Amino acid sequence: MEKPWATETGSVVRLPPWSRSPHPPARTALRMFLAVVAVLFMLMIVAYGDRMVFPDWRPTPQPALLWTNTWVLIFASLAFQWARFAVRRNRIDGMRVGLLAGGAATIVFLVGQILAWQQLQAMEFFDISNPAVAFFYLITGIHGLHLVGGLVAWVRTVARVWGDFDAARIRRNVELCTTYWHFLLVIWLIVFGLLFTGDNLNIVLKFCGLR
Amino acid sequence: MAYVAHDESAYIPPAEVEEVELYHPKTFIGKYIWSQDAKVIAIQYAITAIAIGLVALVLSGVMRLQLGFPDTFSFISPGNYLQAVTMHGMIMVIYLLTALFLGGFGNYLIPLMIGARDMVFPYVKMVSYWVYLFAVLLLVASFFVPGGPTGSGWTLYPPQSILPGTPGSDAGIVLMLVSLAFFIIGFTMGGLNYVVTVLQLRTRGMTLMRMPLTVWGIFTATVLALLAFPALFVSAVMMLLDRLLGTSFFMPAIMSLGQQLEHNGGSPVLFQHLFWFFGHPEVYIVALPAFGIVSDLISVHARKNIFGYRMMVWAIIAIGGLSFVVWAHHMYVSGMNPYFGFFFATTTLIIAVPTAIKVYNWVLTLWRGNIHLTVPMLFAIGFVFTFINGGLTGLFLGNVVVDLPLSDTYFVVAHFHMVMAVSPILVVFGAIYHWYPKITGRMLNDTMGKTHFWITFVGTYAIYYPMHYLGILGVPRRYYALGTTDFIPDSAHSVNAAITIAALIVGAAQIIFLYNLVWSYFNGKRAGGNPWRATTLEWQTSDTPPKHGNFGSTLPLVYRWAYDYSVPGAKEDFIPQNVPPAKVAAAKDKNKK
Repeated sequence: MEKPWATETGSVVRLPPWSRSPHPPARTALRMFLAVVAVLFMLMIVAYGDRMVFPDWRPTPQPALLWTNTWVLIFASLAFQWARFAVRRNRIDGMRVGLLAGGAATIVFLVGQILAWQQLQAMEFFDISNPAVAFFYLITGIHGLHLVGGLVAWVRTVARVWGDFDAARIRRNVELCTTYWHFLLVIWLIVFGLLFTGDNLNIVLKFCGLR
Repeated sequence: MAYVAHDESAYIPPAEVEEVELYHPKTFIGKYIWSQDAKVIAIQYAITAIAIGLVALVLSGVMRLQLGFPDTFSFISPGNYLQAVTMHGMIMVIYLLTALFLGGFGNYLIPLMIGARDMVFPYVKMVSYWVYLFAVLLLVASFFVPGGPTGSGWTLYPPQSILPGTPGSDAGIVLMLVSLAFFIIGFTMGGLNYVVTVLQLRTRGMTLMRMPLTVWGIFTATVLALLAFPALFVSAVMMLLDRLLGTSFFMPAIMSLGQQLEHNGGSPVLFQHLFWFFGHPEVYIVALPAFGIVSDLISVHARKNIFGYRMMVWAIIAIGGLSFVVWAHHMYVSGMNPYFGFFFATTTLIIAVPTAIKVYNWVLTLWRGNIHLTVPMLFAIGFVFTFINGGLTGLFLGNVVVDLPLSDTYFVVAHFHMVMAVSPILVVFGAIYHWYPKITGRMLNDTMGKTHFWITFVGTYAIYYPMHYLGILGVPRRYYALGTTDFIPDSAHSVNAAITIAALIVGAAQIIFLYNLVWSYFNGKRAGGNPWRATTLEWQTSDTPPKHGNFGSTLPLVYRWAYDYSVPGAKEDFIPQNVPPAKVAAAKDKNKK
């Protein structure tokens, strides 16, 4: 183990090998940011569960449209993965197709989420003071906002992939976008699976003896 | 890590492999307003934080006037008093201390101390400051809206924080919540910058275990903040929705002013959990940079290596980790499963172990050191005393059975002011006296500095020691007036008056500090590059104040840790981190001859 207090005075200079990471700083920053986002969603899920254990919990109807939206988001993530594969093999056309399909599917997903919001609002027993309803809007809203943020990065990347471009930079951007989309897909699958379809969180809480 | 040996007479690979893309401004606006230089942004952060901190200081004066001399000042109504309490707490904790330690010292010191030219994302760093400034302006705006700022206490507990009847429940609370959300967005930008800079921009030879403890403290606190602020963010958004859209995250079915409100089914305790999941790490977000900075101050001014460096690093990390599993000790009176109380009391007391390690190591660093009682050292020693005092009362309050009767009394006020208000502020002062010569090129005036220290240090004890006794008597906090109550003797009122006088003197003494900052900028003794004869890289720059890019044409190579003070046989009592071993050896040989 390193002993930083051992003062070196000999004629031989002992330097650690060049320690700079070979990875771009943006990758480290993105990973750190994803950790922050993971904490954000974890807290909302825990808050949902915390409220759910009380006997007056009123579950909400679950719009079936969310299933379609989920498949669309899976498709978006796959398209980004396609773009990543393509850019690694220098297949620029494939990358463009993947990027465009991924972004378009994300926009479809967001429109689908807004439709799901409207469907829920149109239901007879819609009550904004019901915590389950409010949590639905909060969690889907914050997830959607993260995707909108991702689309800003996507637009900047797409704008650069025509004409002359810096291939290394584009490759890095595509990889960052793909990581981000995969992450938001995983987050969505967790919140959708636990909170907005079936009775899964309830089962987990019962298993833990909390309900 | 496997080291690579180089014969010093042979070629050593250059320290610099790539030029960080720098934005070199030419105009005044580019240099000082829309600046992307970490050092300028640090000063912008510091000036903004200190300015808003002065507002909070004035508010504490208002509170103390009311408490010390009730029924005397007609301009302090019960509502104004609660607003002063709330805004004082929120500003001091978040907008002053967090912003100053991380945005101010973080931006200034991280690149310089790790041998980097700047932060890794200069543009994001600039935006983070402007978002912070916007958050501060929103907060200030709440003083001028109808109803004034929120008066719900700095913890903003619902349901009362958004119910009519609480001061500022119209626009004040909305502005507060939006301001907090923006603060967190701005901080996240800055925080990602600090973390990635430390991880990826360290100069050659600067291993993690050679970093000064200041950088370790700021780095760990930043990680804590990145992971804790989402809790405040989500609770602020949820409360905002409760207030504006009528949702019921935190609002139960409730009657207000004789009317049944539309809220139904929310959980106020849920807010408390979310708030304190942020709130407790926040204590260490403020404390860890202070721990790091004070370690460096003590080592430099005692001319001695820090005792137990590796233990100090691990203690910082352990405190950071533990701080996430103690939050409910703020909620013993809110009601919880007794096993939870036991769990949180245990984790709370366990934090005392790494904290005590740090305190012992500071004391052992001072032991037989060549102590120079400079102004920064006085503040550092003042910190150690105050932190021990505040920490010991934390042991009382961490225990459920002791906390219950003391909860919401002045004992708690005394405890947290000693441990997370006065202690970090003493470090802030010490750090400013220590690094001001690097920032401006001039020394701060010593006489004014010592006067400032003694009034502040003795004065804070005059304020907070008696509060412990008031708390043990059962005097409740946040009350506008105590009135006539059986268990509160007349002497408590006299003590309150004495505390107020001490507080006003301490508050006024800060004018000496501010005057010193301005006076010394023009008239202070010229500092030179390394007035404290310190080892860390910020003191080895070719220019003082350092120019944009920090280190001339080549980045420094680091050969040693940051604490080579009084090394036996060395020519001088300090060996900077960038001095190669052969030079030290040569000096030793010369000494022998």
